[in-house]
Amino acid sequence: MVNQHSIPLYQALLQAYEERFSGSRASEPDAIHKLRQNAFHTFQELGFPTTKVEDWKYTNVIPFLRENYTLSTTPQATATELEQAHQAAAIPGMDCYTLVLHNGQLQPAVDTNQLPAFLKVISIEEAMQEPSFQKHFGKIVDAGKHHFAALNTAMFTGGLFLEIDANSHLDKPLHIIHTYSSADNLFTQPRNLFVVNRSASLSIIESVVAPGNGATVFVNGLTEVAVAENANVQHYTLQTANEQLRNLHHTEVSQKRDSVYSGYTFSLPSAQLLRNNLHINLDDEHTETHLYGLYLANSKQLVDNHTFMNHRFANCESNEVYKGVLLDNAVGVFNGKVYVHQDAQKTNAFQQNNNLLLSPKAVINSKPQLEIFADDVKCSHGTTIGQLSQEAMFYLQSRGIGEDAARAMLVTAFAFDVTENIRIPALEEHINKLITQHIPAKQELVNV
Amino acid sequence: MMLSIKNLHAEVEDKKILKGINLDIKPGEVHAIMGPNGSGKSTLSAVLAGRENYTVTEGEVLFEDKDLLDMAPEIRAREGLFLAFQYPVEIPGVSNINFLRTALNEIREYKGLPPMEAKEFLRLTKEKQKLVEFDAKLINRSLNEGFSGGEKKRNEILQLAMLDPKLSILDETDSGLDIDALRIVSGGVNKLRNEHNSFVIITHYQRLLEYIVPDFVHVLYDGRIVKSGTKELALELEERGYDWLKESYPATETVH
Repeated sequence: MVNQHSIPLYQALLQAYEERFSGSRASEPDAIHKLRQNAFHTFQELGFPTTKVEDWKYTNVIPFLRENYTLSTTPQATATELEQAHQAAAIPGMDCYTLVLHNGQLQPAVDTNQLPAFLKVISIEEAMQEPSFQKHFGKIVDAGKHHFAALNTAMFTGGLFLEIDANSHLDKPLHIIHTYSSADNLFTQPRNLFVVNRSASLSIIESVVAPGNGATVFVNGLTEVAVAENANVQHYTLQTANEQLRNLHHTEVSQKRDSVYSGYTFSLPSAQLLRNNLHINLDDEHTETHLYGLYLANSKQLVDNHTFMNHRFANCESNEVYKGVLLDNAVGVFNGKVYVHQDAQKTNAFQQNNNLLLSPKAVINSKPQLEIFADDVKCSHGTTIGQLSQEAMFYLQSRGIGEDAARAMLVTAFAFDVTENIRIPALEEHINKLITQHIPAKQELVNV
Repeated sequence: MMLSIKNLHAEVEDKKILKGINLDIKPGEVHAIMGPNGSGKSTLSAVLAGRENYTVTEGEVLFEDKDLLDMAPEIRAREGLFLAFQYPVEIPGVSNINFLRTALNEIREYKGLPPMEAKEFLRLTKEKQKLVEFDAKLINRSLNEGFSGGEKKRNEILQLAMLDPKLSILDETDSGLDIDALRIVSGGVNKLRNEHNSFVIITHYQRLLEYIVPDFVHVLYDGRIVKSGTKELALELEERGYDWLKESYPATETVH
């Protein structure tokens, strides 16, 4: 058993909570104050999760928490930091709207004026009087069940509120760059709420970057997404941060009738720790959900994807494909749970996780879970773990294609089931390039 | 000399398969290698193309006076050797067209040529597609994925036509083909034949040789070429079968 008090961060959080959040705050509504209080009590009960907690069995987060962290960040990024962020997150040839959050703080330098009037983008603190905020905030995620979600709810600072009006269509993708950098080790907890109103549609691309080589930044982020009736959301996350980042992110989605949510999670080198919780709650009938994931991990990266498809109503369809490529000493975790409630008849739920191990020291822990309480459903799940086909390698080589190029081609092909579903061509090309870039030459593979 | 095989011995997992092959092939020649199952036909093609898991224990192979066995598979291909696979591999996610372009440009780069212009590449692809009556719809699909047997073999000949090798080895390309596909495949090969390139046709059946007429026929048995002749030898084999070989050439003992 880990003594929570032996973790300096735990002590620092208790102290900071007392100082900053325990009393009511003029800037925050009472409802938020209550929410924070309850969540804080939950966190005190739960503490940080150890590997004895089933959801954290393969990801020991405690060592990552043991360093000294400061809890406060400067509100505005320097010009250099912004420049680095833009460079690190650039997707060549993509026409889009762009926003930047530095350590969770929405940066004013960004051209929010250029956004159409039907799209509201403000910081989470500014949003607290918005009707949509009050309707959804803290109501999609159940902070009582998750260690880090509770901690985020109790002590979040910064983050983004985004709302698109009913019947509106955003003509270009919205590119949100989350950049993290700090001179001292930083523990930060941004909180986002995306509200997609009735019959609205948009594409969001969230890039997570930590350019430069500063101190460690540990992010415990949380995003709630409310998808109203007949709305359509394409939600891309592209994680390409440098080593100093440790990123836990919990995304909790609520889908209403006839809505479509497509979630894409791309985890690439080199953040030390990536843990993505993606929970989808199907809160009415006739919804459609697609979850696509691709993780390519190298060096000593630990990349953990936990998904939860919560089929609560009848006639909903979900489809999930996660592909993993593990190099060097990387460790991957995939845990995909599909829960079909008793009333959720006529559910179609499919899940697939395929993994490619390209190094003898790489590890994958894959755990698909189906729990079905309805009796008239179609559900399937499957996991594979394998290596590159020698036969396919030889076929490509026998046509003059060099070994390294052949390997990159096959890995890109392996990822194809995921990448072919990207609806933005510039993004698809960018991700294929990133994959190719990270496939090492033979010499490097042998030397592991 | 295009290809010169001298006393080639090779084994797979300590099992001796090739036991001293000698064969010389000049530019412009078509050689057929026939033999019963297990005689070493496919091993010979695998060793020439550089497949892993085959160990050459003795002998040498010169490809235009260069040591072939010393080259990686992709270098052999870039030098102008082509193996049409008996069982072409399906690779989901790699498009046929992208595969062809990559292969062609890697070979061009090896020869010091710039990548082929997109327009020229498309023209060439169209021209060669016609040659093997290759369905235009297949060209953008994943490599061989869900192709019929005949489509796969035609795709092999399409690749051959695109890459324009000096020496092509057709490993049982005819096996399992219906007569229409056989005509198309062999018609393609005949159009590609010229005085500068050479073909090795490996086959179990004489039927293919009615369409692709060889200059020489060799009988492979128990890891050696036991008889060589002209195209008439193929007819003789068709009539007599392969059983007579057992009596004429008792199998050598396999020593480990």
